[in-house]
Amino acid sequence: MAGSGKAHMRPEGDRVLVVEDLTVEFKIAKDKVVKAVSGVSFDLIRGETLAVVGESGCGKSTLGKAILQLPKPTSGSVNFLSEELTTMSKHDLRERRPSMQMIFQDPVSSLDPRLPVSEVLAEPLKVWNKGNQVEIDAKIDELLNAVNLDPKVVRDRRSYEFSGGQCQRISIARSLALDPTMIICDEPVSALDVSVQAQILNLLQDMKDRYGLTLIFISHDLAVVKAVSTRVMVMYLGKVCEVAPPDELYLNTKHHYTKALVGSVPIPDPDRAVTKGLIMGEPPSPMNPPSGCRFRTRCPAATELCANEEPQLREVSLGHFVACHHPID
Amino acid sequence: MSILLQIEDMSVSFATPRGNLKAVRGVTIDLEAGESLGVVGESGSGKTVLSRATMGLLPGSAIRTGTITYKGQVISDLPANEVRDLWGTGMAMIFQDPMTALNPVRRIGSQVTESLTVRLGMSKKDAKLKAIELLKRVRIPDPEAMLRKFPYQLSGGMRQRIMIAIAVSCNPELLFADEPTTALDVTVQAQVLELLTELRKEFNTAMILVTHDLGVVAGHTDKIAVMYAGDVVEYAPTRQLFNNMKMPYTEALLKSIPRLETPTGSRLPVIEGRLPDPTKDEPGCPFASRCPYVQDKCRAEKPPLTDGGNKHFYRCWFPIGGAK
Ligand SMILES: Nc1ncnc2c1ncn2[C@@H]1O[C@H](COP(=O)(O)OP(=O)(O)OP(=O)(O)O)[C@@H](O)[C@H]1O
Ligand SMILES: Nc1ncnc2c1ncn2[C@@H]1O[C@H](COP(=O)(O)OP(=O)(O)OP(=O)(O)O)[C@@H](O)[C@H]1O
Ligand code: SF4
Ligand SMILES: [Mg+2]
Ligand SMILES: [Mg+2]
Repeated sequence: MAGSGKAHMRPEGDRVLVVEDLTVEFKIAKDKVVKAVSGVSFDLIRGETLAVVGESGCGKSTLGKAILQLPKPTSGSVNFLSEELTTMSKHDLRERRPSMQMIFQDPVSSLDPRLPVSEVLAEPLKVWNKGNQVEIDAKIDELLNAVNLDPKVVRDRRSYEFSGGQCQRISIARSLALDPTMIICDEPVSALDVSVQAQILNLLQDMKDRYGLTLIFISHDLAVVKAVSTRVMVMYLGKVCEVAPPDELYLNTKHHYTKALVGSVPIPDPDRAVTKGLIMGEPPSPMNPPSGCRFRTRCPAATELCANEEPQLREVSLGHFVACHHPID
Repeated sequence: MSILLQIEDMSVSFATPRGNLKAVRGVTIDLEAGESLGVVGESGSGKTVLSRATMGLLPGSAIRTGTITYKGQVISDLPANEVRDLWGTGMAMIFQDPMTALNPVRRIGSQVTESLTVRLGMSKKDAKLKAIELLKRVRIPDPEAMLRKFPYQLSGGMRQRIMIAIAVSCNPELLFADEPTTALDVTVQAQVLELLTELRKEFNTAMILVTHDLGVVAGHTDKIAVMYAGDVVEYAPTRQLFNNMKMPYTEALLKSIPRLETPTGSRLPVIEGRLPDPTKDEPGCPFASRCPYVQDKCRAEKPPLTDGGNKHFYRCWFPIGGAK
């Protein structure tokens, strides 16, 4: 897999974001380069939730940050609301920041523990001159109410007094403060308990409907992704393997790696809990990725062709794309 | 089968500035040789304190009461060092974060062979051969090269495999695993759980598996204790628990798990509210404020642990499907 290609792009759509041939490499020593993201292309249609899934280290966070130019990608283009970000000046980029927000995995450490909640939320509003104190106070109350926190109770408290789930609500409120167009959520529920996880996922859905947001939802958990996304992009070792709507991806899995991901989700039912389609081993080093299809070293269907030639994304049914020489029937 | 471990009416509390914090409130469970018990519940329900209290690994600020019997001998009254000797090679542990459990400045080789030379009295040469065999068993490619590496050079999954190799190296009778796969990726989690189950069957090792994930315990345990606010609120053989759930809390926990077959875009059922303050002793069922089946009696009186037959116990006045 680990394919390249652009068959899944939708130039006719109302696209908020178009990413093409995005590559991010980290030079970590004289002749050591980590190939974190290698030629990834995708687009995002207004109102869509694109999920990016894959194992730890496959480049999900790097991809999310590269879209925001944190840091700028090694090569490739990122076009946001019809403007190219990779060549934009620092000053112009800064002007675009309010419309692109990011929420992180660890809700507790992403909030400043010294600041009361009201300050955490007021900060972006003040920096961007969004009104006088009265207007800012009203906005803070609106944001807290939106994420189901009682402003009277939480306004003056500091983040260390809150649980993980509450901190994530505050992070979400903060990301909404500047009326963004797009929010990149990087594993927003991975650090949370199952019981709290569901609350945050529902909240994200509500916020999306209420504020007309477009979301990128990064996760390693396919079951979580299925609950919230409209399109899923599966990544492996810096490349795209499969793109499909979530139900189609699950019911009609085409890529051998996706199948392994589906088979690894623990099922809370003792009669069905035996894991199937397990893949062995762990991903190879991104400093020295395999030739051809990057998944071939762990793939049960790999042939010589897979070592010699990189598979390209192609459409196998309407809206379902796979980069594999021998897709599952 | 013979009873390996018995915990009777165990309570643990901590003296805190806000008052006496009751983390475990009179828990009774037992474990047969080779059996696997899952302990589940949301964050803060007392799972870790329960298992650490059993191992005698509590901080000084903790007060523990109740009786622990291991292979017929009461060990809860013994001083810590005697308990440790008694556990000896019989008990091993695996924690959530293998990085903190492994010594960062020592090579993997010396950490794996240590217990073999110290506890089993093997020669250095034999211990090395055994270590290589163990690393093969936990499916580490090129075990000889692995012996020379340091923990920071390994991925989380590899480190957890090393911890498992160390844990099973002395053929323990009892394994404590506290969230052993929570820090791992789903694919690696599945591999590690399979491996644990396979090794346990081979060596007839009993296990206490602590996790907040009902999906993880479903496939890898013989019985389950569900904890809520320091109490075991449901306790049953795994199949019995899933097929004949009695406790509203367990049901709520199960429903809130996102599943692959959930239709996209549907709202997930949530458990509103939160655990009661562990420093307070409110009357009634501790789940009452969050329970969809709550009635007046629940708010007035705490339900006792009820024997529902078929080794199924629960703590509820109005169990799902009615009382026996
Ligand atoms: N600043 C950096 N310097 C060097 N290597 C990096 C840097 N950031 C990321 N990497 C490497 O790039 C690869 C992709 O990392 P990334 O964090 O994007 O993965 P991920 O898919 O988000 O994983 P996770 O699920 O663990 O968050 C990894 O091999 C990682 O070690
Ligand atoms: N050393 C301690 N001092 C004071 N309180 C403690 C201590 N250790 C644990 N507690 C409290 O005891 C209760 C139970 O904690 P425990 O760690 O057993 O929960 P848990 O079920 O393992 O949760 P998690 O899933 O987050 O690991 C919590 O209220 C916790 O804050
Ligand atoms: S005792 Fe009442 S409140 Fe408690 S779980 Fe049962 S029905 Fe719910
Ligand atoms: Mg990441
Ligand atoms: Mg714990």
